[in-house]
This record gives sequence, structure tokens and C-alpha cells, in this order.
Amino acid sequence: MTTATGNRADPAPVHRPSFFHTYRFQISIITLLVVLYAVFIVGDPRTYLAFNIYRSFMISIPFFGIMAMAATFIVTLGEIDLSFPSIAGLSGWVFSASYVYSGSFLAALVLCLLVGALTGLINGLLVTKLGIPSIVATIGTMFLWRGLVNVLTEGRGIPISAVTAEPLHALLVGQVFGIIPAQFIWFVGTSILMGVVYRRHRFGSHVLFTGDNQESARMMGIHVDRVKILCFVLMGVSAALSVVFILNQMLFFWASTGDGYLLTTLAAVFIGGTSVFGGKGTMIGTFVGVLIIASLEPGIIAIGLTGFWTEFIYGLLITVSVAIYALMLRRRD
Amino acid sequence: MAPPRPFPIDPDLPVFPPMNSTAPLLQLKGIQKSFGPVQVLKDIDLEIGYGEIVALIGDNGAGKSTLIKIITGVYTPSAGEIYFKGRRIRLRDVRASRLLGIEAVYQERALAEQQELWRNIFAGRERTNALGFLDLKAQKAETDRLMRTSIGLTSRAVTVDSEVGELSGGEKQGVAIARALYFHAELIILDEPTMGLSIIETERVLNFTRSIRDQGKSAIFIDHNIFHVYDVADRFIILDRGRIAERFRKAEVSREKLIETMIALHEAEKAS
Repeated sequence: MTTATGNRADPAPVHRPSFFHTYRFQISIITLLVVLYAVFIVGDPRTYLAFNIYRSFMISIPFFGIMAMAATFIVTLGEIDLSFPSIAGLSGWVFSASYVYSGSFLAALVLCLLVGALTGLINGLLVTKLGIPSIVATIGTMFLWRGLVNVLTEGRGIPISAVTAEPLHALLVGQVFGIIPAQFIWFVGTSILMGVVYRRHRFGSHVLFTGDNQESARMMGIHVDRVKILCFVLMGVSAALSVVFILNQMLFFWASTGDGYLLTTLAAVFIGGTSVFGGKGTMIGTFVGVLIIASLEPGIIAIGLTGFWTEFIYGLLITVSVAIYALMLRRRD
Repeated sequence: MAPPRPFPIDPDLPVFPPMNSTAPLLQLKGIQKSFGPVQVLKDIDLEIGYGEIVALIGDNGAGKSTLIKIITGVYTPSAGEIYFKGRRIRLRDVRASRLLGIEAVYQERALAEQQELWRNIFAGRERTNALGFLDLKAQKAETDRLMRTSIGLTSRAVTVDSEVGELSGGEKQGVAIARALYFHAELIILDEPTMGLSIIETERVLNFTRSIRDQGKSAIFIDHNIFHVYDVADRFIILDRGRIAERFRKAEVSREKLIETMIALHEAEKAS
């Protein structure tokens, strides 16, 4: 092979990407987590040096953590999904109603996940085949599925306390070694799996490439539409899986089940450093973002502020971190 | 070390008659293209041989980009035949032309800027295990080898993990060309590859273009700048209002003659 070196003598700036540069987003957010916990521990050592509060975190974090990991794929594409809380609602109704009707936990679980996949598929088709911007398409389906749940339930809830006798119930939300909530293990497991797929799998590579430069991805033979559809399906299935954890913990289905997770989930993704413009993201960032979002509310109370502060501090953290990431990206150019 | 074919043979491709060894790499016969009532290409006959760089020149609207899109499978011609290595082919889409070894390198659309070099080289043609997980080690090692041998990025401390956005415009073109050659492209189409580049960067791109010929592969080079074109090409084909107006070998024509011809055509077009 010949070399086409251009001008070797031409002095070019030397900038090998350093460890700190490569992992700047991950380092920033981990620092933020450490600082927050330092504040909490100093503010209320009795609570924060005891195991109990961490146990309650491990119970509640998976409810939106799994959805945040899946949402990272969507945001990396440069897309957004606002409908997943409603997907959780609809698939949660399917789980509860079919469990009560059939008495089979497994059948209810499978149906629930199928509904998650199907509703995700519909989002994907609306975005790719009809070309509707995802923010618009998923606002539509957000109302559609929540509205359907309201019609189906007429506002009435479904008690499912019978699930506690099921072996699968213990597998999903039981106690591991008597102290660790099983859903946290599931959350960590699915997070690792999604993280590896994101960075180390052909699919993740295609997601990154599509989010970065869709035209180029298409030219390189990546099936852009298929990649997008699969991400929306992953989001739907994750919402359905999450609602199974929620229902098994709460033992009751409400028509509003799933509502309230929209902003915390997306906040975790954005605090985590995934770019709204697509093509860039980190799963570790989202994971730590989930831990931060989940710690805020109890932390704010623990250090002696009232609950009225919660939303303000959410807002402050999200705005500041997104601004810092924007500055980091600009400095590179 | 020869890398494996990037794609399995596409079962949808038509069955070709056996290869004819004396045939040129690419041959177009009587290619026409109309969009509604507008005839953009009229009866184009064109041959590209092995190991040659052919410049395609002409004013805006002469039909250059339409012709390129036919060769890369973006458009299907309204009439005419395309032969590749002597075999009649039908290019249904970009994928089909890439399978054959025809690859276009566009400045804007070639690479994903926020992704690492190794991810760009293997985009859409990843090396994976049976479960689809990336063989990071092999991909990075091959990217490193490409950077040293054909892209020549050794003088700068750019690693395989660097994001493509950190490279200069010329280097990016080099990465795109090296990627095409690595995956057995036999005909590389360079569409305005020096547009907006500095003199040094342009020189780099011209060197990359020469490296295509040095490896026995062919290129179609499109550029508005006659000086760049004259420097690098072996043959010149001048398109004018959808027809081939002139063909020159480099030995037959001086740079001044080439420019005069262009101006004469331009004047004629204005007069008509």
C-alpha cells in the first residue's frame, strides 16, 4: 500500500484524547452524585449512614430506572418518547386484568410485555413510515393509551394482592438474602445488558450512527427505520416490564398507574449527559442520573428543607447540568 | 491481509453472464434519464477502465450529479445499459452498487462526526461474533493499521478512539476513501471532494485520490476546479446539457485547452 500522507511537515496540534476528556460526562455526573451524598450525609448523618434509606431506594429506583435506560437509546437517536407512562398504564391494565381473569401470572406477564412491544411498534411506525416527528407522534399516543385505560377501567382500580402467593412474584420483587429487593437486581442486570448493547453491540453502534448522521448511516447500509422502530419497541417493552415491578410492589392497579414517571425518567437521561441532539450518550451517565433523581426528594427532606423545594431543586440540577454539558461540547469545537 | 467480503452475496441480485476479462470496469451504453418532460441525460456512452481516474466536468445542470446517481444506484436510467466488468447489471439501490464495489464518497455525508474513528470505519459492516457483539479488538487494530498505512495519520496524535470531528476536512475525506478501499471498492466516486478545503488540505485529498489508482482501483472525480482536476485525472469527460461534449486523454490536452473548451461550451450555452 502506498501512503497518501499529505503534508507530514505541516505542524498539527497534538491532542491525544485523554482519559478525562473521553469520560468527561461520566466523571462530571459521578462527581455530582458524590457531592450530593456528601451534603446529605453531613445534613442528616443518622439517616444517610443507615442501611434503611438505601433499601427503600432499591425498592423504588427500578420503577423508572429501567425506562430511563431504554429512553437513552431513543434520545441518542435524536428522538423522544413521551408516551411510555401511558404504555405502562395500558400494559399494566392488561397485566392486572388478565391476571385476575386467568389466574396465570406467566400469561399476564407475557401479554403485558406483548402490549408494550406492540404500542412501541406503533410509535416506531408513526415516526419512521409516516414521518411524524416523535415528539408529536408520542404526544398523540400518550393521550391515546391513557384515554383507552380510562375508558376500559372507567376510573376503577384492580386489586391484585393474590399475586403475593405466586413464585414469580417473589422472583421479581422478593428479598434477596433477606435484605436486597429483587427488583434492584433486575434493574442492575437489565442496565448492564442495555449498557453493553449500547457500546459493544452492532445494534448500539447503529443507534449511535443513526443519531449522529442519519444520511451517512443510510449510505453505509444501516437500516435506519428498522433501528428506530426497534428502539421504540425496546422503550415499550421496558415500560411494560417496569409496570410489572410497580404492580407487584403496590398490589393494586390504578387508572393512573405509570403517570408521574415521565419527567423523572427523562430528567435522569439528560442529567446523565446524553445529548438531545443525538449521536452521543452514556449508559453509566443515565444509571447515575437515575440514582441522583431518586435520591433528591428524600435528601431534600433529610437536610431540613420542605417538600416544596423538591421540584425547584430538580429544575436547578437539570438546567445546570444540561448547560454544563452544552459548554463541554462547545469547547471541543 | 485481505479482509473478508463485507457482505454476503445478495441472493436478490440478477444472475449475470460470465465475466468478460477484456471488458472495462464500468461501461455505460446509451444512458438516458428524464424527469417528467425534462430530459436530463441524453445518450451517454462512457467507459471507466481499471486503475484510472476519470474526471467528470461540466457546468451546474450539465447532468453530472444525475449521472453519478445512476452509477451509484440512486436513480434508475430511463433507457440504456450498464455493464460492470462486462456483465450487464441493474442497480436497484445504493446497496446493490456497493455490493458490486461501487462506492460514492460525499464530503458531508460520509462520516458521523461524534463517533470514534473505528466506529466510522466499520459502520454498517461491523465485525461481530455470532450474537452481534462487536469484535472491538479486531476493529481497533484494523483501524489503527489503516490509519498508519493509507490515511497517514501517524504524525498527529490521533488514535482510533478519537472522534472523527477532531480530524481536518482533508483527513475526513482520507478516512472515507480508505474505508471504501478497505471494503474492496473498485470504483470510488468523489463528488466535489475539495470543496471548501484549504490548499494544504486539498493537496491531501488529491494524494488520497492518487492512492486509489496506485492500488489498481478506479475513481470518478468531480470538481469545479479545473486545476485540481487536471492535476489528478488521467482522462477528462466534459458534460454539457446532458450530453458528453468532449473527451480528452491527459496527453492530448493542456490545462489551458481544457479551460478554453469549458469556456467555449459555457458561451455556447448562454447564446442558445
